[in-house]
Amino acid sequence: MSLLGEDIVTEDGEFVINIGPQHPSTHGVLHLKVWLDGETIKRIQPHLGYIHRSIEKMSESLSYRNFIYATSRMDYLSAHINNQACALCVEKGLQVEVPERAKAIRILMAELTRLSSHQLWWGCTGLDLGAVTPFFYAFRERESIMAIMEETCGARLTQNYCVPGGVMYDIHPNFRNRVKDTLKQIRSKFNEYEEILTGNVIFEQRTKGVGYISAEDAISFGCTGPTARGSGVSCDVRKLFPYDGYEKLQFKEILEQGGDCYARYMVRMAEMKQSVFIIEQLIDNIPEGEFQAKTKMVLKLPKGEFYQRVETARGELGVYIVSDGAASPYRIKYRSPNFSNLSALERMATGTKIGDLVAIMSTIDLVIPDVDR
Amino acid sequence: MTTEEIKQSVSALFPDVTYDEAGEFLNVLTDSKGLKPLMQALRRNSEFDFDYLFCLTCIDWKTHLTMVYHMLSKSNNHTVVVKAKIADVNTPEIETVCDIWETANFHEREVFDLFGVKFINHPDLRRIFLDEDWEGFPLRKNYVDENMIEI
Amino acid sequence: MKLILDISFSSFATGIHQWLVGAVHSEGLVKVIEMVIAGLALLVFLVPLCFILGYMERKVAAFIQVRLGPNRVGPKGTLQIVADTIKLLFKEGLTPNASDKFLFNLAPMIVVVTSMLVMAPIAFAKNFQIWDISIGVLYVSSISSIAVIGILMAGWSSNNKYSLLGAMRSGAQIVSYELSVGLSLISIVILAGSLRMSDIVMSQENGWWIFKGHIPVLISFVIFLIASTAEINRAPFDLAEAEQELTAGFHTEYSGMKFAMFLLAEYINLFVVSAIAATLFLGGWMPFHIGHWHTFNFVMDYIPSSVWFLGKTFAIIFIIMQFRWTFPRLRVDQLLTLEWKYLLPVSMVNVILVTVMAIMGWHF
Repeated sequence: MSLLGEDIVTEDGEFVINIGPQHPSTHGVLHLKVWLDGETIKRIQPHLGYIHRSIEKMSESLSYRNFIYATSRMDYLSAHINNQACALCVEKGLQVEVPERAKAIRILMAELTRLSSHQLWWGCTGLDLGAVTPFFYAFRERESIMAIMEETCGARLTQNYCVPGGVMYDIHPNFRNRVKDTLKQIRSKFNEYEEILTGNVIFEQRTKGVGYISAEDAISFGCTGPTARGSGVSCDVRKLFPYDGYEKLQFKEILEQGGDCYARYMVRMAEMKQSVFIIEQLIDNIPEGEFQAKTKMVLKLPKGEFYQRVETARGELGVYIVSDGAASPYRIKYRSPNFSNLSALERMATGTKIGDLVAIMSTIDLVIPDVDR
Repeated sequence: MTTEEIKQSVSALFPDVTYDEAGEFLNVLTDSKGLKPLMQALRRNSEFDFDYLFCLTCIDWKTHLTMVYHMLSKSNNHTVVVKAKIADVNTPEIETVCDIWETANFHEREVFDLFGVKFINHPDLRRIFLDEDWEGFPLRKNYVDENMIEI
Repeated sequence: MKLILDISFSSFATGIHQWLVGAVHSEGLVKVIEMVIAGLALLVFLVPLCFILGYMERKVAAFIQVRLGPNRVGPKGTLQIVADTIKLLFKEGLTPNASDKFLFNLAPMIVVVTSMLVMAPIAFAKNFQIWDISIGVLYVSSISSIAVIGILMAGWSSNNKYSLLGAMRSGAQIVSYELSVGLSLISIVILAGSLRMSDIVMSQENGWWIFKGHIPVLISFVIFLIASTAEINRAPFDLAEAEQELTAGFHTEYSGMKFAMFLLAEYINLFVVSAIAATLFLGGWMPFHIGHWHTFNFVMDYIPSSVWFLGKTFAIIFIIMQFRWTFPRLRVDQLLTLEWKYLLPVSMVNVILVTVMAIMGWHF
């Protein structure tokens, strides 16, 4: 029968399956070639590039105002933070002083983005582990954040709200009240999140001790964000290299020592609360003034190199602009968090079961367009 | 360590390197031959201890290529940028650093894919984003795409 | 009041029997005709049953997931499932080229037929049973284990790696969990002293086993619920079709009506498992009686026995549905650990306890 042919088992008796590019748990077009021994994973090889658009090449022919919008499509779940990184990098080159009001609005939006991204992640983690209900719980709260985004930025997902020198428009008059209502709603639902997933025995069994990565490995693989903080690596850019006035805000960098899926999960759960805390500090204290600094119509960065990093919902995003003095970047490099986090997948997942692979992928929280760019 | 101290320590070990302090970080300039020992020293010497390679990329300057390595030390909290000039544009080659930092594995594959820099001793040097049979290296300045339409 | 009792199912069945005996005058032919009628009645019963279960599953899911569920097709969305069935009927039933076509087409039939066969000894109402076989419980557990052959067949013949993995998981899972199901059934058999379904129901005339049997029966009821949820491949034990891991497990390659067969079998199995739990532990069609409260018991007796049976069954179905929509899925090794390290030893000890209890007459 054809089953005994080489298409199922390779010559050396290995059972190879292709997870993806179309697969329910890869959340995008990630393709993993997995060598199996029964249910145990012997080796993983990620195949990337299914959604590679060469945003870096595109940016080389776009002006400093326009290339920002391409980055919304990288990590589309933290689109605003990507925009912020680019805007900050251009401002660094232009040496523009951003008004305090714009900074506050940017942080508010960034934290709302982080909240909504983590909520989506939480729902998807539940979904990946076989619990469908958290997905709907998460989307209930996420929807109200999306509505805020839509009202102020004009778009729900790819906001494109940051421009060099500030933000594009002032906030909507309803903004404050809506954010406050949403925060109240989210605060009251955190318990529900904990009840339905965190405290569940099956969930703890599925995540505790699964997908371990040590702190040294996490640093060596360049892991950032909750993936590294779950291993106890202090890497929150908002704390280490504050930007846009994060240094004035009170918040904690969440560190867990477990290094497993459960630790990464707990980091993100706690980060949601920190984001709420940050927004609460700022929402009543948005400074009056301009929302955008005066900049020239055509931006030209001086000759040189500019590096700016920000903390997206998934880790450290670095924007590296090399300018030759022209109106568009000479070379631009996005150091995307997911690309580095993904490289650690093999270390985390080798020796685990297929079910664990799904859990690991969901706790790394991969967004494939950010890997492929 | 401060920038001056890093400069002194690096110069003591590698007298050939030059420095560029125009930008945000201290840039250590070397060539493709001198890269590997420099990187090994930067990682292994405890006074440097650059354990976190946060950005690895390449710049095509038309006359030559420059590999750029951004490094941070988690323990000492200092940053340095190493730039290695690759003079040969047609067959660029440089030693891999993925035995020093695991993250370099994917990033070097990316550079190989988009710039065509061959990394010597890289364990798995294949194209990472593009098809295996793709011709040319898109991020090189002399790359021409026949299908591209100028607007 | 007499009227309600008169049009109960049992008198209906007896009426048909008497009419047939009078009309045909041949005992053999009467049996054959009755069999055909019973088979048709079962099919007629199954279709609305699956519709109701499908609708119920969606509404329960929607209720748990803070959403509305189907509410467009028909009143309150009741016809949604009909629309889905029509869609599945009209879809193309693909057979992959490299598959073993005979086994591929046979597998869904086996799965459906076995789940239908298990319906035979279930007592739907007082004196209303398709086949009151003397080894009822044994029959149920032996026939239901054939379903795994169908699943293995489906996974193997699809010539798909995901299907194969799903089928292998399913094989390991069903074979293991059958032990616990069997042992928890045996504890009731020991107490009732018979394998016959009608005897087991009658033995609960003065109280359901779950009340009479103290904690050991309660334990075997819980074990039965867990193990049978695993045996019918429902979440949190749906590893065989784990969507996020194996896309759709053993039925990845199935489409159209053949896929619907698996769906049908799943719902029938759900009903059968709940019906058996209701019969063995909750007294089947026996009404709820409390000691010497004669008036209360009298009122309870007036509720038709079929309502009692279906009410208990659907209560258990609701619990199993709740499992599905609240729990994450177990991993394959954890699934087997749960069975071999926890459920099986516990149910073995439990059987001994029940035996001692039965011999000493400690139950009520």
